[in-house]
Amino acid sequence: MTNQIDHIPLRKLSLKSRIYHQRYLLFMALPAVIWMIVFNYIPMYGIIIAFKRYRIIKSIADAPWVGLDHFRELFTEGDFVMVIKNTLGIGFMRLFIGFPLPIIFALFLNEIKHAGFKRTIQTISYLPHFISWVVLGGIMMNWLSDAGLFNEILMKMGVIDEPRFFLAEPESFWNIAVFSDIWKELGWGAIIYLAAISGISPTLYEAATVDGANRWHKMMHITLPSIMPTVSIMLILAISGILTTNFDQILVLRNAVNQSASDVIDIFVYRVGFKMNRFSYAQAISLFKSVVALILLLGANQISRKTQGHSLF
Amino acid sequence: MKIKEKKLELFPKINTLLMILICFITLYPIWYTIVLSFNDANDAQMGGIYWWPRLFSLKSYSAVFANANIINAFTISVLRTVIGTLTHVFFTAMTAYAFSKKRLVGRNVFLAIGTFTMFFNGGLIPFFLLLKNLGMLNNFIVYIVPTMFNFFHLIIFTSFFRGIPGSLEESAMIDGANEFRTFIQIIIPLSMPVLATIALFHGVWNWNDFFWGVIFVNDESLQPIGTYLYRIIAETASSNMKINMPGAISLKAVNSQSIKLATMVVATTPIVLTYPFLQKYFVKGVMIGSVKE
Repeated sequence: MTNQIDHIPLRKLSLKSRIYHQRYLLFMALPAVIWMIVFNYIPMYGIIIAFKRYRIIKSIADAPWVGLDHFRELFTEGDFVMVIKNTLGIGFMRLFIGFPLPIIFALFLNEIKHAGFKRTIQTISYLPHFISWVVLGGIMMNWLSDAGLFNEILMKMGVIDEPRFFLAEPESFWNIAVFSDIWKELGWGAIIYLAAISGISPTLYEAATVDGANRWHKMMHITLPSIMPTVSIMLILAISGILTTNFDQILVLRNAVNQSASDVIDIFVYRVGFKMNRFSYAQAISLFKSVVALILLLGANQISRKTQGHSLF
Repeated sequence: MKIKEKKLELFPKINTLLMILICFITLYPIWYTIVLSFNDANDAQMGGIYWWPRLFSLKSYSAVFANANIINAFTISVLRTVIGTLTHVFFTAMTAYAFSKKRLVGRNVFLAIGTFTMFFNGGLIPFFLLLKNLGMLNNFIVYIVPTMFNFFHLIIFTSFFRGIPGSLEESAMIDGANEFRTFIQIIIPLSMPVLATIALFHGVWNWNDFFWGVIFVNDESLQPIGTYLYRIIAETASSNMKINMPGAISLKAVNSQSIKLATMVVATTPIVLTYPFLQKYFVKGVMIGSVKE
């Protein structure tokens, strides 16, 4: 019966009868809409605690308004500068080093002609993506401790004279965070580019071969331009995510000694909010982050649409 | 001409070497950890083990498997991953099936509501307060219900369902099935690749997540293996700082180190064993996710 009704143009049916005929579909969709309202939209109401003096014992509505007091405190206190510096430092390093590397890896991997070997490399490169940051954090503490393998190797090579405890050095933290992230996600990040590469028509390469192009020419003039739409989309997402550091990773790798380099926005929210019970103050910086991220997303999307013709929406 | 050809031959060789190097860098730290975990704890402390256990010992593993807390945490992880992933995949797929019908009343409004959630949210603290008000803290359902749905996964499902020929659904409906039955009996069996992909994505997240156990659960009997590991790693990290000072090395610290290594291996094995089997699916899944209409 339902499919017969589908052939009648929708406008000819009243809303009531449309709803009746779609009752099963609506019953399937409605729970998720309620879920989204509860778990995504009700927390948005909670944002207002950034403008209130909220204590966990009272309800959000009962808490007194304090206007921009928390923001004023945030922007004038020293912590803000440190937290923003660390967030942006790690964010930009990830953008400039961590963003291009999976693209380069995908391009080079694509040049491996032996199918079995290529598949093996891919399978191995995905492996760290499936290991949790807790475990990797444990592995890194093992490697980077003063008696660890990394120190042993560096000493044998004569790079350093005496063992260093890298995780206790604030000046090493950004490098540790960025390079361990690359180590974990290089292969996984390349999947999307490899997928885009596999969609390129072979005739393009054949035509280029006839024109006398070598491997390098093909890579630079066919493969790379062909995956540019994917690169643009990923770049928009990477730019909007610049303030979002890898929370799990930093939570595992941080400690009291490297705090001056490891306190990023997300960690700050967790630390100040949950360890010091200053929910409103922590929410102020969290809101600041969300708004900046949204502006960055819309901005990057707009620029990409104007210059490249590719955009998310 | 000849020189040029030689140059060309050089690139594949360098490239092959580079790829082997990347594989080595990826695998060796993991291999090294496994090797150390199978070595006698006090012997491992002397260093110099690189490729193979020097003094093979299963003591760390027997200590791990004798620890009731670890077994309990492992069980919580398994339950959470299995129940959470099945619920998530079924619920999100069911919703996506309804959303994949362009004729659905209110579809555009629902899509707009959902799309916005991908780019903006209240943040950690309001989310915590919500879960607290719902009474979900210190409750096993905190692992299941708040993660039941994901709008990005809905988009992946929707684009897959659109590719299924409409005539299949029509014939089911002529036979008298309603949309829910069609979804269960026709769509689900046809969608195994995309269901497997999302199950893998969400399953990996469920298995590896430790933060939910840290922040939403105080009750130790409800903590998953990741949270258990986080707690012992955070503890040994602070004791490492003390070890850093001369003369503070104790045998106890070394043994806790080896138990930590063994727990890490135990916590990782299940997820690492599944992914090679699902690889062919998730590569496609990522591709579907990247396609914009």
